[in-house]
Amino acid sequence: MSHIGSALKIRRIILEQSKRARVGHIGSALSIADIIASLYGQVLHLPSPNDPERDRFVLSKGHAALALYSALFLKGWISREELDTFCGDGSMLGVHPESVLPGVDFSTGSLGQGLSMGAGAALAAKLSRSSRRVFVLLSDAECNEGSVWEAIMFAAHHRLSNLIAIVDLNGQQAFGYTDQVLKLSPMADRWRAFDWDVHEVNGHDEMEIAETIAGLSTDTGSAGRPHVLIARTTFGKGVSYMENQIKWHYWPMSDQEYQQAMSELGEQA
Amino acid sequence: MRAAFTETIVELAERDPRILLLTGDLGYCALEPFAEKFPDRFFNCGVAEQNMVGVATGLAEAGYIPFVYSIATFASLRTYEFIRNGPILHHLPVRIVGVGGGFEYGTAGPTHYGLEDAGVMRLQPGLTVISPADHQQTRTAMLATWHLPGPIYYRLGKDDKTVVPGLDGSFELGRAQFVRYGQDMVIIAMGGIAAEAAAAAADLAARGIECTVVVVAGLNPAPLDDLAKVLSGFSIALTVEAHYTVGGIGSLVSEIVAEQGLGCQVIRCGVWTAADGTSGSQAYMQRLHGISREALVETIFHELETRQAVKE
Repeated sequence: MSHIGSALKIRRIILEQSKRARVGHIGSALSIADIIASLYGQVLHLPSPNDPERDRFVLSKGHAALALYSALFLKGWISREELDTFCGDGSMLGVHPESVLPGVDFSTGSLGQGLSMGAGAALAAKLSRSSRRVFVLLSDAECNEGSVWEAIMFAAHHRLSNLIAIVDLNGQQAFGYTDQVLKLSPMADRWRAFDWDVHEVNGHDEMEIAETIAGLSTDTGSAGRPHVLIARTTFGKGVSYMENQIKWHYWPMSDQEYQQAMSELGEQA
Repeated sequence: MRAAFTETIVELAERDPRILLLTGDLGYCALEPFAEKFPDRFFNCGVAEQNMVGVATGLAEAGYIPFVYSIATFASLRTYEFIRNGPILHHLPVRIVGVGGGFEYGTAGPTHYGLEDAGVMRLQPGLTVISPADHQQTRTAMLATWHLPGPIYYRLGKDDKTVVPGLDGSFELGRAQFVRYGQDMVIIAMGGIAAEAAAAAADLAARGIECTVVVVAGLNPAPLDDLAKVLSGFSIALTVEAHYTVGGIGSLVSEIVAEQGLGCQVIRCGVWTAADGTSGSQAYMQRLHGISREALVETIFHELETRQAVKE
């Protein structure tokens, strides 16, 4: 998958598929399109879906799976026919990702579980002296879950420098803005306090994300710390009427809204 | 069973480098032989059981066989959704070890009583559930199952002395073990309380009542054929468990009787009531809930006497 323009392609697929399937979670998926494009275009070492030495990726905010499916489609790991089964009867492409699908390392959907699985995957790599890395993409509101902080402590304690978390800091959750629901800011300071190596980045800048990750030391032989990118993002990024609007956490698009959204994305091409 | 567990996992770990042991900061004076022998394969994950199961899932995905260890309630209940969405959903060989099923942590009180762990685990189709009756059977059950491709819940006791007479450590997945034969009634027991059931049967034999005693250590896959066969030969069956009467062996036996239309009355001996804050020694709590040797003798004697009176 070429990284040139892939975030735009991911956004267009997110809109096409959520319109076809008449489902929501559009804003959450648009929020991570650039992060996913950066990871799948420039960062992840993925020779094949079953290569034991491949980097692992956990989409802990599983409700944004459509962004992941889009990347797997652009990578050629799922076909157009499979992609078009999204949210259909008997499909392996549900709203949340399942590990039965080639390219999905871990099933997610219940928030607060992905970082623990990622920490285990990173510990496994360290134990077997593999250079593979583990990436976990969390939502900011997901950090409401206490289990996330258990995993944060564990990873820091075991010096899992091959573990790279990315927090999609869009400031929104299902019922409101995160700081109104259950205050999480200052997010970066909280991770720092738990002894992580923290980097604050623009979550819509593919190059900045890739370059920041390229600069991380992930050698588990040294006593490094786990890394986190606090990625500032805009919920619903790319579609004007969705940006920062709570409604688009769950809402599906009307025909008119779909046309406007695609037209806006077309203009950006 | 704790010592048997540690001894067996040390032996297995010598054979297979994929085996790891994770604990939620429990197992002091129990797990040290493993920790000392395999310091690089032993992880105290702290008092954070949810993360421990998530970590085990990540380890298992990469080919390891992690055993996670805690007290039965914490190992099964605090972690439940992590087990469901982790090793069960991913079909991975994580072994959850819950110690102290029933009232084994007697004076520790209700937060430490494992009274629903077997039940909640049994209702997950993708999870093998094993509740050995004594330390000898703990060893054979572990040797017979540790390598299975899917996840396992082991419900263990702390007692490493008591044995169930006639069991001799026998275990076969999907089978029931018969430790005594008699015509008057069948007693079906799960877990360490099987020793009380067997002792009750011995007491009854001295009074001329002969019971068949069956030990069920594997709840999933359940020994459906063995149980259906024995239940079809009796008009009355007594189930015994240090567990709520719903979800465990009493439920399993009732399901088989109902589904196969066996016409056998099932008397479930176990815990019927919600915790009221009462605690005490294991023996006291077992007497209180009618699952001690003496209470079982009384229940069976009374039941058979009532039936006899009705007939006459």
